[in-house]
Amino acid sequence: MTTIGVLGMQGAIREHVRMLEALGVDTRVVRSVEDLNQIDGLVLPGGESTAMRRLLDRYGLLEPLRDNTQLPMFGTCAGLILLATEVEGYDAHLRKIPMTVKRNAFGRQVDSFEVALPVKGIDETVEAVFIRAPQVASVEPVVDVLAEVEEAIVAVRYDKYVACSFHPELTDDLSMHRYFLDVVAANKHQLA
Amino acid sequence: MEKRQVGTDKVKRGMAEMQKGGVIMDVINAEQAKIAEAAGAVAVMALERVPSDIRKMGGVARMADPTIIEDVMGAVSVPVMAKCRIGHIAEARVLESMGVDFIDESEVLTPADEEFHLYKRDYTAPFVCGARDLGEAARRIGEGAAMIRTKGEPGTGNIVEAVRHMRTVQAQVKRLLSMSVDEVMTEARDLGAPFEVLMQIREAGRLPVVNFAAGGIATPADAALMMHLGADGVFVGSGIFKAENPEKFARAIVEATTYHDDFERIASLSKGLGEAMKGLDVRTLKEEELMAPRGW
Repeated sequence: MTTIGVLGMQGAIREHVRMLEALGVDTRVVRSVEDLNQIDGLVLPGGESTAMRRLLDRYGLLEPLRDNTQLPMFGTCAGLILLATEVEGYDAHLRKIPMTVKRNAFGRQVDSFEVALPVKGIDETVEAVFIRAPQVASVEPVVDVLAEVEEAIVAVRYDKYVACSFHPELTDDLSMHRYFLDVVAANKHQLA
Repeated sequence: MEKRQVGTDKVKRGMAEMQKGGVIMDVINAEQAKIAEAAGAVAVMALERVPSDIRKMGGVARMADPTIIEDVMGAVSVPVMAKCRIGHIAEARVLESMGVDFIDESEVLTPADEEFHLYKRDYTAPFVCGARDLGEAARRIGEGAAMIRTKGEPGTGNIVEAVRHMRTVQAQVKRLLSMSVDEVMTEARDLGAPFEVLMQIREAGRLPVVNFAAGGIATPADAALMMHLGADGVFVGSGIFKAENPEKFARAIVEATTYHDDFERIASLSKGLGEAMKGLDVRTLKEEELMAPRGW
């Protein structure tokens, strides 16, 4: 049985749990280091990245997550920021995906939008909701770019890490989560 | 690619979802905003005066000077909210034009219209509104509010009204969920609530927007209490910058909100915080001094 953790600091935790349950996996809200040993993959939800970082620091989760090289991770919006090796104007957080991200790159909340988005590796367009969303300003060549909005990179995959600027958890579109579960399954297979 | 759609329900309500489990703090300048952000606030509310000072000053309380709001917007990367008077279309449009991330149509300010609230669906910016019960919450959601909060009794440092409002909404939602469908229209009449909103609540099993606690939260334990009662997050107004040590207080309230069910942790983070804001007994306030009955 596959168990997926959802980082439970702040933000759209319940929504990710709902998506994962709809796909038939066990879920666990991760709030301590011990929780990390019991999951096969970790979702970093949308929320406020600055607030999440403060909490990761305070509860001793930053280093264990940064040092962990086994666990597949999927970050949405703030989660994408957490996964980047570089964040324009700020310290980087978990440093998993070799890319530079720009926070609030589409503007303020009045510029937030939704759009039907083609994503590499997914047949149908994805229902993508962007909220004060970041963009990927640049990636190392090893990173696979999965989607772009008017030439701005908004979804990537690198090794066992998947990240997108938008919020699949705010819709009923399960395709991004299914994509991540495939990555988790491949990783599990490799470990075994 | 298809055209981008702005200001949709998903985009507005989703913005509020991202604030869940967090603390939104009232600030009156850039310096306070930075303290709030450093403490882990998920957003700040830019104001000219915190509610307890609005009470002291008396007179008409209006939208803040745009200079203050701009200063705060320039100082922090977290979302910035601001308040307009109930029914004040022009103040709301001004705040929207400035790019404020969330507008609070708030009873803390003196209402501009005692009969009509804003039609919030007309705006690209999302709105939060106060509610004392499910009828009021449903009316505001019907008008397009993307977030609901308890009214509490602002600026008192007294949690009693926020508790009452949160418990009332929760109890009424539970009651609605347990009804058979043929009872809903009569319930809509009795609550003065839009029927369609009540049907949405039944379908989702909860309010279709997040419900935060606000009005009277003064200590970390107050924040934890409201989370325990089912709040999605908390607004702290006068509680932080009227405390003896705002930095410590702000951090402690954020932690207590995240770990609201870990009482040992709340005990340890509540130690040596210094004096909380001085509170007011709501019963000593005159009818005309109460803010919660503003709006309907």
